[in-house]
Amino acid sequence: MIEFRMPTLGADMEAGTLVEWLKKPGDAVARGDIVAVVDTEKGAIEIEVFDAGVIERLVVEPGQKTPVGTVLALIRSPEEPTGATLKAVPPLPPPAAAPERAIAASSTAPPPAAAARARVSPAARKAAEQLHVNLEAVEGRGPGGSITVADVERAASLAKPAAATPDRLSGMRAAMAAAMAHAKREIPHLYVSTTVDLTPSLMWLKDENQRRPVTERLLPVVMFIKAVARACTEVPAVNGFWTDHGSVQGTGVHVGCAIALRGGGLVAPALHDVPQKNLDTVAREFADLVTRTRAGTLRSSEMSDATITLTNLGDLGVESAYAIIYPPQVAIVGVGRIVERPWVVDGRIEPRSVITVSMSADHRAVDGRSAGSFLTAFDRALQAPDKL
Amino acid sequence: MSASPVRTTYREAVREAIRDAMRRDPRVFLMGEDVGKYGGAYAVSKGLLAEFGPERIRDTPLSESAFVGAGIGAAIGGTRPIVEVMTVNFSLLALDQIVNNAATLRHMSGGQVSVPLVIRMATGAGRQLAAQHAHSLEGWLAHIPGIRIVAPATLEDARGMLWTALEDPDPVLVFEHQTLYNMEGELAPDAGAVDIDRAAIRRAGSDVSLITYGASLFKALTAADTLATEGVQCEVIDLRTLRPLDMNTLLESVRKTRRVVVVDEGWRSGSLSAEIVTRIAESAFYDLDAPPARVCSAEVPIPYPKHLEDAAVPQPHAIVAAVRALMPAPVAR
Amino acid sequence: MTPQTEIDHFHYLLREMLRIRRFEEKCAELYSAGHIRGFLHLYIGEEAVAVGVMQALSLDDAIVATYREHGHALARGIRADALMAEMFGKQEGCSRGRGGSMHVFDAATRFYGGNAIVAGGLPVAVGLALADKYLARQRVTACFFGDGAVAEGEFHESMNLAALWQLPVLFICENNLYAMGTRIERALAQPDLPAKARTYGMVAETVDGMDVIAVEQAARIAVAHVKFTATPYFLEARTYRFRAHSMFDAELYRDKAEVEEWKKRDPFAVLRRHSGIGDVDFGSLDAAVLSEIAAAVAFAESGTWEPIDQLTRDVYTPPQDGNRERLAS
Repeated sequence: MIEFRMPTLGADMEAGTLVEWLKKPGDAVARGDIVAVVDTEKGAIEIEVFDAGVIERLVVEPGQKTPVGTVLALIRSPEEPTGATLKAVPPLPPPAAAPERAIAASSTAPPPAAAARARVSPAARKAAEQLHVNLEAVEGRGPGGSITVADVERAASLAKPAAATPDRLSGMRAAMAAAMAHAKREIPHLYVSTTVDLTPSLMWLKDENQRRPVTERLLPVVMFIKAVARACTEVPAVNGFWTDHGSVQGTGVHVGCAIALRGGGLVAPALHDVPQKNLDTVAREFADLVTRTRAGTLRSSEMSDATITLTNLGDLGVESAYAIIYPPQVAIVGVGRIVERPWVVDGRIEPRSVITVSMSADHRAVDGRSAGSFLTAFDRALQAPDKL
Repeated sequence: MSASPVRTTYREAVREAIRDAMRRDPRVFLMGEDVGKYGGAYAVSKGLLAEFGPERIRDTPLSESAFVGAGIGAAIGGTRPIVEVMTVNFSLLALDQIVNNAATLRHMSGGQVSVPLVIRMATGAGRQLAAQHAHSLEGWLAHIPGIRIVAPATLEDARGMLWTALEDPDPVLVFEHQTLYNMEGELAPDAGAVDIDRAAIRRAGSDVSLITYGASLFKALTAADTLATEGVQCEVIDLRTLRPLDMNTLLESVRKTRRVVVVDEGWRSGSLSAEIVTRIAESAFYDLDAPPARVCSAEVPIPYPKHLEDAAVPQPHAIVAAVRALMPAPVAR
Repeated sequence: MTPQTEIDHFHYLLREMLRIRRFEEKCAELYSAGHIRGFLHLYIGEEAVAVGVMQALSLDDAIVATYREHGHALARGIRADALMAEMFGKQEGCSRGRGGSMHVFDAATRFYGGNAIVAGGLPVAVGLALADKYLARQRVTACFFGDGAVAEGEFHESMNLAALWQLPVLFICENNLYAMGTRIERALAQPDLPAKARTYGMVAETVDGMDVIAVEQAARIAVAHVKFTATPYFLEARTYRFRAHSMFDAELYRDKAEVEEWKKRDPFAVLRRHSGIGDVDFGSLDAAVLSEIAAAVAFAESGTWEPIDQLTRDVYTPPQDGNRERLAS
């Protein structure tokens, strides 16, 4: 049975209305015979049949608007179909889907929010991100009061680092509290301490700093960080983690530096690979760590990679500190305030600058001997500051 | 060893370019209205009829459509015609041939037919010729894929772009701003073919990219001089080719200066400057330190009186003002 | 194969016209079924003009035609299968499928379209002839167009330029009395086409476009004139299209009676009535032609779609020497 379908007569014809059949069932038709009249926007068009045969059945009645391709009639062919008979419409290339009449994206920018909202150039925004500048605090001198790169750079050179938002802070403190409680509960802490003569280091530092421009002067904490790292390389037992499988040594020496946050709380991000870095690099990276800690832009590797932590509470006036370990680390080193104390040198009593350094260690991973060796190595490192 | 530069004019540079092309390749011929006996409406082809004869310097009747179409057919047929349409204003009569034939034949034929045709036209305003003789429609034509559009502003380019255009297998439309024909300058006597693919930095600077073409180049350079006295260093870029645009050069400049002003003698709406600004916004958004700006012709048919015509088209003071508006306010020290 | 005898030649002409007729009928069917899209302008009824004129042209002559050019393409020697593939939009088509029904091109036979703008091809034809004259080649450019084109400015400019510069163009106006739906008397203040041509100083003749033998004779005279005097010539061929202007045309502008009257002068009938043609085994001729067309359809159906990533090719010509890189537009 041959299907005679509503033909497409034009590029934009989607449907036609059958007006009149010119043949009826039983009529013989030849190729090219006009069989019906179809009404279109352009007027009534006669449509022809392309096959020979006998009309079997008229499927669509006059008066019906019929989409192109709909079967209008069935024709019984008298013999085998010749090559002139077409198969049903083979697949055309996937038509480009008619685009949804989406709401046209507005080409005008949405009306500016409250007048207080700053206009910032794209380049300035990028610079602010890189320089950790809080745009809300920047005065814009660009066109229309917009903030430009120059404005951001100026602000960066004057700025205090932005504080972490209170929300983030309270969340962090809560997490910290939980971690500390857990650590104190779970880890068997071993405490050792010693007093270190810092005088040689301080004198070397004074000399060294005199030679340097102000911006490049070193602080004692940098020497402590290097000394911790040196001691870790000599006593690897304290540099690593306690896991379910026992103690695992760190693959590098990444010193977590405890940094106080402005709103309270402490974070100890890692300074990576300290043994491989010289004092200047450590100084620079430490300063950067402080800035970013207070801006809240630390990287996740910094939060998780420390193999040992140093907490320096000397600035707060504490002489000695016995800190709680940050699991899964196995040790934390506390350094107190630099104080003048009478010291015996070559049989005489002299005032010397000393600090108390202590270590809290996980007794499961670190025994007294290792802890003590660490402190000795720490002391020794600070006695040869030029080799740090 | 090249001889010392010669003092000449833009007009003479174009004439020499035609002459040079015709000597190099016997297939090259020039046809257009009044190019022969009259010597060219802008005197560009003066003397060429006597030198090359009427077969190669062909006066046409006033039939833009027919002789532009004939140029297309002649190019397909193996010659290298230079069709001169007196001005872009009259090219509208030949738009069907340019857009429906020259631009499409390669594509419609599935790559079988190329149209190595060059069409030269005068363009622009500035001579009080009023509304129907002052259009700058090269930006409009730069909308059409299948053709190339160039705008020589300097003597070197007037001299050198034509040969390269003739060698190109596709249609190239060359726009000569009518106020440039008298421009004087120095040109090496052996100045030859130049590329038609790249924009040129005519003046280096670090504070703002001034992007322009044609006669507006010189207005931009004048504006740059003024701005330099205020401490603003403009980088002035001559587009040279309007289709395709040399975005590499433009983007490199904008990434350096972070500010851009496009100067276009077309009307602002839907102009070539709109296309350039959009492409810069698309590709260098995060490098911009100020919104992109444009200096274009005012939305009015070009008026006849001088003061109104001057006010209608881009001028150096308007370019200076546009740049100043982008610069940050000075910081109190 | 060049026919050796006149009878053979008449049979050859019959076969050439039949190829066009059957091809166009098949296109109507394929279009109705949605395989051919866009616009379709059928040459049914006008076959004698293309076939007759092509007999007078050499392979190195050029042809410019209109959007109703399938018959011209087939008569010129473009293969039916490449033509059908073009109709389908397949990349095996003569224009890589890029042009479709209205933009048939074939560089090998100097067939320059396939032009969809009425009268748009005339200036190009003038230019092709200009190149031949400039390069001293003795070739003819045959430019086909309809009565509708005569109203366009491009017609007048082209006629004038060709006559003024004495260019070897053969202008063939296929006057089928209708510019789409507008009868010639409603479009032209002066509908006498040869008279118009003569005002340009051009030689002009009229021929019965339904009589292929007459068309061939007239075309041979015209081509000889163009070739050997190197001046243009205007030939009006009076013809009629039996089908609508295009597929989507209700033909409200003409009477069925007029169509039926012209059908009595169908080119096949006219040729067969010509004394001397003798017996023709129409049945086996038709079978052979239908077989060729069926093969062309099969070729087109099994053709391939050009990959979309090729979309922007052939907008510009790739640099031949490789020295000059092209910027993306």
